[in-house]
Amino acid sequence: MAVAAIREYSFAPLDLEEKFHGNRLLYVGWDDHLMFCAPLAFPLPPTMPFRDLVEKVLPPAYSYHPDFARIDWAAVQWFKSGQPWQPQWDESLEQNGLRHKDVIRFRTPGLTGLQGSCS
Amino acid sequence: MDMQVAKKKLGLKEKYQVMTRDLDWTPTYQKMEDIYPYVHYEGIKIHDWDRWEDPFRLTMDAYWKYQAEKEKKLYAIIDAYAQNNGHLNVTDARYINTVKLFLTGVSPLEYMAHRGFAHVGRAFPGLGPRVACLMQSLDEMRHLQTQVHAISNYNKYYNGFHDFRQWYDRVWYLSVPKSFFDDAITAGPFEFMVAIGFSFEYVLTNLLFVPFVSGAAYNGDMGTMAYGFSAQSDEARHMTLGLEVIKFILEQDPDNLPIVQRWIDKWTWRGYRVLTLVAMMMDYMLPKRTMSWKEAWEIYFEENGGALFRDLSRYGIRMPKCAETIALEKDHLSHQAWCTFYNYTAATAFHTWIPTEDEMQWLSAKYPESFDKYYRPRWDFWREQAAKGNRFYNTTLPMLCQTCQVPMLFTEPGDPTKICYRETDYEGMKYHFCSDHCKEIFEHEPEKYVQAWLPVHQIYQGNCFPEGTDPTAEGFDPLKAVLQWYNIVHGRDNLDFEGSEDQRNFAAWRAQATRNV
Amino acid sequence: MSTVFIAFQTNEETRPIIEAIVEDNPHARVNEAPAMVKIDADGRLIVKRSSIEERLGREFDLQELHINLISLSGNIEEDEDQFVLVWKN
Repeated sequence: MAVAAIREYSFAPLDLEEKFHGNRLLYVGWDDHLMFCAPLAFPLPPTMPFRDLVEKVLPPAYSYHPDFARIDWAAVQWFKSGQPWQPQWDESLEQNGLRHKDVIRFRTPGLTGLQGSCS
Repeated sequence: MDMQVAKKKLGLKEKYQVMTRDLDWTPTYQKMEDIYPYVHYEGIKIHDWDRWEDPFRLTMDAYWKYQAEKEKKLYAIIDAYAQNNGHLNVTDARYINTVKLFLTGVSPLEYMAHRGFAHVGRAFPGLGPRVACLMQSLDEMRHLQTQVHAISNYNKYYNGFHDFRQWYDRVWYLSVPKSFFDDAITAGPFEFMVAIGFSFEYVLTNLLFVPFVSGAAYNGDMGTMAYGFSAQSDEARHMTLGLEVIKFILEQDPDNLPIVQRWIDKWTWRGYRVLTLVAMMMDYMLPKRTMSWKEAWEIYFEENGGALFRDLSRYGIRMPKCAETIALEKDHLSHQAWCTFYNYTAATAFHTWIPTEDEMQWLSAKYPESFDKYYRPRWDFWREQAAKGNRFYNTTLPMLCQTCQVPMLFTEPGDPTKICYRETDYEGMKYHFCSDHCKEIFEHEPEKYVQAWLPVHQIYQGNCFPEGTDPTAEGFDPLKAVLQWYNIVHGRDNLDFEGSEDQRNFAAWRAQATRNV
Repeated sequence: MSTVFIAFQTNEETRPIIEAIVEDNPHARVNEAPAMVKIDADGRLIVKRSSIEERLGREFDLQELHINLISLSGNIEEDEDQFVLVWKN
């Protein structure tokens, strides 16, 4: 459908990739840990190795949670746009196929938040 | 000198005819479509504007008379409240944060409503709706003014009141009410009337004003009670206008039904998402609670809205389809919302706090299905950590919904342990939503919502720092720069209530009010 | 049956109005909340000018209701003598 308008209605989106100064947006959600109230948004260079996302970007964001230190990263299940997905840790975000405004989630088997409440 | 002339008094209907409808005229040297260019493009068909019935039949002279009387009463109370240092009689200083939320999140909407009704009043060829819109436009301006006057008294003593106008345009959580109203005011005149006049005023406004205002009275805030009820006395007329608009449009042409139904579906949902702020206010921010959000929803939406939609079913209108989703959220909404503000209160112009044990018991009693199971563990953990000096502040910005602009905090309908993710592709870019309803609204008018000014994205684009800021400089602190751009003073206006200047001042002043110091 | 309601501020001006409504609507239920009174009724609620005038001892214009009105629900039917709220279902 299209907007009902009195004349031609066409405007540029506000969030095109080129507006982020070389970064692209990546959204990350940690399943079963809703103490973090919503998925997080990160502006990241597409050349960043996936390993750096996990080892450098996520810890300051999530380490407040007692479960974070207990994560067995080899057992973590990843999802991209809701579908099971296997990232290559030593390849870049770009090589892993992550585009501007993609959303990924990770599930940490055995860890389901404070007292198992998914908090 | 009084003129002592015996006149036959006009009846209500006669007076309305003479002083409203008879003021209209038919243009002769301009075409109707040039004078009223916006009444056709939305697809709504009106055949006879004279069929409009104004149930209150209020004429302008009576309008001024009653409004003047309301103002006199209101200012008498506000003056007395200020003169008597009434702010020290509120239950406790946490309460004052609800007034901050009101001033920053609700009062600017009054001003937008003033503009909106002036605009659509001008757009309608019928005199009845034009006069009703004129009155509502004036009402809304009065509401903004009285709210600013009444609340300015709090600004003399407490933080978080000093820049509401700028915050409305800049601060992340206020983009939720702002984008809601901007969406309405940029729609056509009929959609605006269904959006604000009907869906918001008639279906949802009771949930906004009645708990807020009754809650203010219950917590000793006579100032807020006075402006709130004074505004609310106009609200009954607004609600009636909203209902009248729906009936009028539907009676005019059967082709109008699907358009109106879609608007009702859209705007009930849009308005409900804005009311997320009210839900947490009722359940977490009022030291003395009047009723829970869930109870208010059941009375004012399920019972009252149910009656309304049964009445409208004779026109073919059905309950907004989001009602089912909302019913599943009512046990969770306020908890999820307050947790979110607890996460991000480093960037808010009001304080948040952990509910006390008494308050948690109240929450547990009001929400037996959800509070202890899903939310209490968070508060217990946060309380433990805060006691060790490790209060939780989420320092990474959240993902937002493209339509309602609320952080993606809502869970799957029926599963409060899973965040609800929805997405769509449009012209080569991904867009994300908190719900099926927000996704559907986007997909119907993507050209509109791709323009959304999402605060998180704007910060990352570098548009929310003071002029001259160099984000590449060593030691650049983005939060600090954003707060400067907001005009929120770090450590004073934001962070936890515990340890705040508001808390200290209130305690000291209250002590002075009860002792000779 | 659907419920209509009308809510007023609690004060000296509304006390006789509420009393009149309660007398004219035996099926109505009065709910007192902080600073407000909400009157619920199944299907229909009538506000009669004459009943209010009797209590006030002066003439009363039903449009004066606006001054202390908080909210209402239902279709409105109004003339000089009465103000009716009704759901047509």
